[in-house]
This record gives sequence, structure tokens and C-alpha cells, in this order.
Amino acid sequence: MSTATKTTETAATGSERRLNMIEAINEALDISMAKDPDVVVMGEDVGYFGGVFRCTAGLQEKYGKTRVFDTPISECGIIAVAVGMGAYGLRPVPEIQFADYIYPGLDQLISEAARLRYRSAGEYIAPMTVRSPFGGGIFGGQTHSQSPEAIFAHVAGLKTVIPATPYDAKGLLISAIEDNDPVIFFEPKRIYNGPFSGYYDKPVQPWKKFDASIVPEGHYKIPLGKARLATEGEELTIIAYGTMVHVVEAVCAEKGVEADIIDLRTIVPLDIETIEASVKKTGRCLIVHEATRTAGFGAELSALVTERCFYHLEAPVERVTGFDTPYPHSLEWAYFPGPVRIGEALDKILSE
Amino acid sequence: MADRPPAEGDRTAAKAGDNRPTLSLHVPEPKFRPGDTVDFSHIEVPEAGAQPRPDETTDPKDMRDFAYGLIRVLGDDHKAHGPWDPKLDPETLRTMLGHMAMTRAFDERMFRGQRQGKTSFYMKCTGEEATSVSASMALAGDDMIFPSYRQQGILIQRGYPMIEMINQIYSNKGDKLKGRQLPIMYSSREHSFFSISGNLATQTPQAVGWAMASAIKGDSRIAATWVGEGSTAEGDFHSACLFATVYNAPVIFNVVNNQWAISSFSGFAGAERATFAARGLGYGIASLRVDGNDPLACYAAEQWAANRARANAGPTVIEFFSYRAEGHSTSDDPSGYRSAQERDEWPLGDPVMRLKNHLIAIGEWDEERQQAMDLEAAEYVKKTTKEAEANGILGHGLHHPFRTMFEDVFEELPWHLQEQAEQAIRERETKFPGGLDL
Repeated sequence: MSTATKTTETAATGSERRLNMIEAINEALDISMAKDPDVVVMGEDVGYFGGVFRCTAGLQEKYGKTRVFDTPISECGIIAVAVGMGAYGLRPVPEIQFADYIYPGLDQLISEAARLRYRSAGEYIAPMTVRSPFGGGIFGGQTHSQSPEAIFAHVAGLKTVIPATPYDAKGLLISAIEDNDPVIFFEPKRIYNGPFSGYYDKPVQPWKKFDASIVPEGHYKIPLGKARLATEGEELTIIAYGTMVHVVEAVCAEKGVEADIIDLRTIVPLDIETIEASVKKTGRCLIVHEATRTAGFGAELSALVTERCFYHLEAPVERVTGFDTPYPHSLEWAYFPGPVRIGEALDKILSE
Repeated sequence: MADRPPAEGDRTAAKAGDNRPTLSLHVPEPKFRPGDTVDFSHIEVPEAGAQPRPDETTDPKDMRDFAYGLIRVLGDDHKAHGPWDPKLDPETLRTMLGHMAMTRAFDERMFRGQRQGKTSFYMKCTGEEATSVSASMALAGDDMIFPSYRQQGILIQRGYPMIEMINQIYSNKGDKLKGRQLPIMYSSREHSFFSISGNLATQTPQAVGWAMASAIKGDSRIAATWVGEGSTAEGDFHSACLFATVYNAPVIFNVVNNQWAISSFSGFAGAERATFAARGLGYGIASLRVDGNDPLACYAAEQWAANRARANAGPTVIEFFSYRAEGHSTSDDPSGYRSAQERDEWPLGDPVMRLKNHLIAIGEWDEERQQAMDLEAAEYVKKTTKEAEANGILGHGLHHPFRTMFEDVFEELPWHLQEQAEQAIRERETKFPGGLDL
């Protein structure tokens, strides 16, 4: 467990302010902009309006229109312009309004931003952080619900970060902005206002009721590539990130299962040490993500666990994921990998 | 297959009772194919000096005609005419000629080197030298260039060491890009020359971003990007134009219309319907169409656009109307898709010859000096090639050490790349026990 950090430990160092994830992200942007005049924020509706999810609220007023501005509805243009700004020496933080809209910008991310350092042997870099709300559970239909993280994990040269708490969102975003490599920063929008138990028909509990919303004032960083142990237990290891961390926590609590729940925080670079240590301890591994199953990031995790921990395993590695369909609107909760699907997998893996 | 829509035959059959006219698809076809007699009389070539020169801050909506005309300075009499004459002194003109001659000599030798197996790939810019050399001379040396792949003339004009270019082309141990890039995909931060991608038109919105950054920071440097007429079809070019006009970015879009995109003529990029300069008009961008084989016109247009950008008066689209005298690259044979007569019949001539004849016409040059210059350029390239070959040629083992393959993917080497690097070195030791440099 050497590399993982526990939220309760780290949060205790700050004051007792409680923020939701939107406020934490906003504060990370604010602090980064105040600290470094080269940080600029741009995207659709991020300026005067402050973003459709309010993550950039107040920033234009504070830092001016040349550092926080609206853009045309052109994700290709947004990412490309950020590459050029990075080449100049700025540190752009573009927002893609929904991860589902990022695809027109993929060539600029995959062929340009991700490879610029490599192809120029370090002469030019693309130190951008692409923020984008992702994931479902908000009745967003097939174009406001996707989890495309595996696409980015597959690209050499991109880092992909997915926070699961307000405390982490702030510390990870500051790290991402200060990182000299391009970072995809996916914000699980289902948990912007409060963690999610997986029961869509139960009221959302606001972040303020949870210690992970204790966010210290000022600048702090959470290193990219270090996982968080959300809970500790001997029965099995559950690897998750984003919204699903909270769903598996709720299911385990409900079923009385004591698990090491690893919140990856970053999928590239991956905290393999924490995963290996935990699986070797528990001998069982369940991987949970909301994204579609085939060639999802769970496949990579399953392969790594099998390659590195095979002789410690008591049961086959299990995956719980979204189905291999577009994200449906009316049947969203049939699609979502919720308590029933996770519960079934837990029963199976623990009975082996 | 039950849900398959009706096949074409079904639709045709259904047409019997349909009084709507039959639709037909237009597929563009170039005027001349191999073996055809070439007649370019349909291309309008206005008199040199006939075009007025608007003020650099002119509103684009008052400049519509410049996107459809053709700015020309050098006439058939080899003299400079009209308000676009940049009135360069003879020494500057000789320098320009020298860079163009050097670019041509470089292309000749590198092309031959590829044929001799010294590298995998090369691209000449023959006939298009003015669009890079002359245009670049009108910019400040620290204005940022976002090139496409045929602007070697800019690096030569900016004094980038030729040995660096050849090392890159050979992917040898002297290549400062560590053998990672296809030949000719140069990069030189020191010369304000952005890393060439190889994916088309991606550099155009990046140039806009750089220009926006320069404006955000209150800098005085502008950005200039080059793109082929074929690549203006990419969405990136349109995103670039849009962002440039929205933020009034200090950027110049140089569209080199050399008529051919590998084997596809400019009609497949829309040339049958409008000029490429006209693309700027829809975005409210000042747009100039220029004789791309007229070095003085190229210089003058770039200077106009640079003045405009520096005055915060906005971006410019320049179409350099030119002709790709050689194949797209070493990988295609143009005799397979176009008439060999095109090059000779091209109505705008050859840029090197036109500048040479101009200098002779004004009494500042002669054939003897031209021959001596050409010889000197060829000798310089030959000597530099030999120096570069001492660092190795492609595939002969003198490349960068193996571990460099894993460097620069990220700023720091993560564990998974560290493991893969160790594997690569193990494989190398197995293949060459005690052998090559690791």
C-alpha cells in the first residue's frame, strides 16, 4: 500500500471548508490562474456565463477576457489553438463541454498534442489540460453520457485523469495544469454535486455530508499516477475510478463486503504498485467502470492483474461495465452498471 | 438483410411514374491526362502591375476582387511594374535568387539521394521556391512559421544549417529529431519553425493559437502558416479561418495552390467553383490571390499581410497560384496521371528564371554569374551531403541509441515505458550479441 494515500488523512491537514466538485474545480482554476499568468481558460460558454456546469464561474470577471474566453463551437479548433498556445509558451486549459463532443478534436489530440514532444525531440511541447465532463446517469442520452477514457489511454503521450472527490478534483487539476504533458481531465458529472450510490431513485446526498468534500484553501497538488485507497478490506480488491468508486463503496457497505477499493485517479500513468500490492493481499479482483465493455480500460486492468498477480489469484478477475451499446436515454438505469450488476459479480467472485 | 433500403435498381424502376428530373453526379476531371496536348489558355493572366494595392487596414468586404484577380509584379519584359513592386534593392534580389537556387540544388541532390537508397522519402518544391523563400523574406526572422511539408526554402532562407536538414532526411545519428520523423519533417525552435506534422492542415489552427497567444501576451511577433490547396479541404483549415477572424489573430494563411494533390487535381478541393483565396472572404478575412511564380509579387503580398497583422488589422489568406513542376514526392510518378506538357506550358513560367531575368534586365546580373552561383550551390550541397553522410544514412546502423525510442513520449519515463525500454534492449542484445551500440 506504499503509494496510495487516503483521503481522510490528507484532508485533515486543511481547514474544514466543504466544497462540491464544481467549486473545487473552480478553485483549482482560480489558484492556477493567479499563480501563473500563462494559464488561459477557453471553451464553449466558459467566459461570461461561466460554463454550463459553472466550473469557470467568475473567472472571466477576475482575470479578464483575454485569459478566459468563449470559443466557436469547434472542438477541432479549440484543441488546435491550445496546441499553438502551448508552443508559444502558454498553459491552456480548454474545456470541451461534454466528453461526447471531443471527437472532432481527436486528430489534434492524438496526432498533434500527444506527439509534439516526441516528434520535435522536446523542442515543442503541448502542456494543455483538456477538461471535460463525462459519464452518464443524468439522463443525457447517447451524446451527453459517454465515458471515452479508453480511447485516450490507448494513445502514447496523453495522460488521463479522473477525479472522484472534490478534494482530489482540486489537487489533481492543479497537478494537471502544472504538468508539461497534455492531460485529459475527465470530470464525472454525475458526482459534481454529491457522490452517487447507484440508486437513481434515491435522493442525492450533497458533498457537504462527506469528508472528501473538505477542501483546504490555497495551492496543493495530488501527484498524477498515484491511486487512492477509498476503503481497506481483506476480502477482495475493487478497482474503479470516477462515479463508480462511490457506487462500489455503497454496494460493499450494503452487502457487508470488506474490500480494498482502489480509486485510480489517473488511468495513465497507472499506479500499478498499489494494484499489485492489493491483489496479492486479497487474491481477488473486480474491475468496475461505466464505459462500454469491449476493449474498455477494464480489459487492460484485467490483463495487468492477470500478468502480475496470477499465482496470487483465488478467482478469475471479473469486470463490471456498461453494456456494448450506445448510452440509451429511457433505459439509462438498465444500462448503468449499478448495484445489481456489481452485487452479482461480488457474489460470484467471493464464492469461488 | 431484411431491413436493407431499396437497391438502386428498385429506385430506377420506380422512376417510371416520377416526373422529377433525373439527378447526375459531377465528378471533377482535370483538363489534361497523360499524352494530352496541353492548352492553358483558359487561365486568365492579367498584366503585371495592373492590380491596385489597397491600404493594409482595408476592410475585407472592400477587397473582394483581390480574391479573384492575380497580383503580378514581374512582366514579360522582366521589369517590375505597378504598386505591388516591393522595390527591393539589387543586393536583396540577389540574396533571394541565391536562396531559391540553393533550394533547387538541395532538392536535386536529396531526390537523387533517395533514389540511391540513402533515405526512404523526399519531396521537392521545384517551381514553388518563391512561395517559401520570397514570402519568408518579407517576415521578421522571429515571426513564427507553421509550415506544411514543402517549405524547405524557408529554412534555407532563415539560415538553418543544411547539415541539420540532411541529417534529418537520413535519420542518422546526427539527426536532432532522433530519427523519429519521416524525412523532411523538420523542426527548429531556434529558427521559429514549428515541427512539421505530416498530417495535413493541422498546423493551420495551431498557427492561429500561437498568434492568439502572441496577442494575449502583448508580443509583436506574428504567425504565418503554409498549406497546400488540396489540404484546405480539411476541417482544420476552416476552424483556423474561423478562429482567426473571431479573435482577429495576427496570422497569415499561405495557401500554395500548386494545382495537384498527389494525383488529384485542384478540382477535388473545389477549384472548379471558386479560387482558394475566396475561402477567406466567407470568414471576413482579407484575401489576396497572387502569381506564385513571381518572386516579387510573393514578397509584396506577404509583406502586405505582415503589415496588416502587425497593425492589429487582422489575418490574411494568400493564395499563391503556382504549379508543382515535379511529382508529389519520391513515391509517385506524375507521368501516370497528368500530361508531361503541363510543366512547359505553365503560363506563369519558372520563379528562378523570372527573378534571374529580372536581375539581368535591370543590369544587376548576368548568365556567367548565374552559372557560377548554380555551381557554387551544387558544390555546397554536395560537400554538406558528404559531411552528413559521415553521420550515417538510413538503415545503415548509425542511428540514435535504442533507449531514445522511449524518451519524450512524456517528460518523465513512466513505469510501463521503462519496462518496454528494457524489453527493447533485451531484444537488441539477443539479435546482436555484444554488437551494436545500445
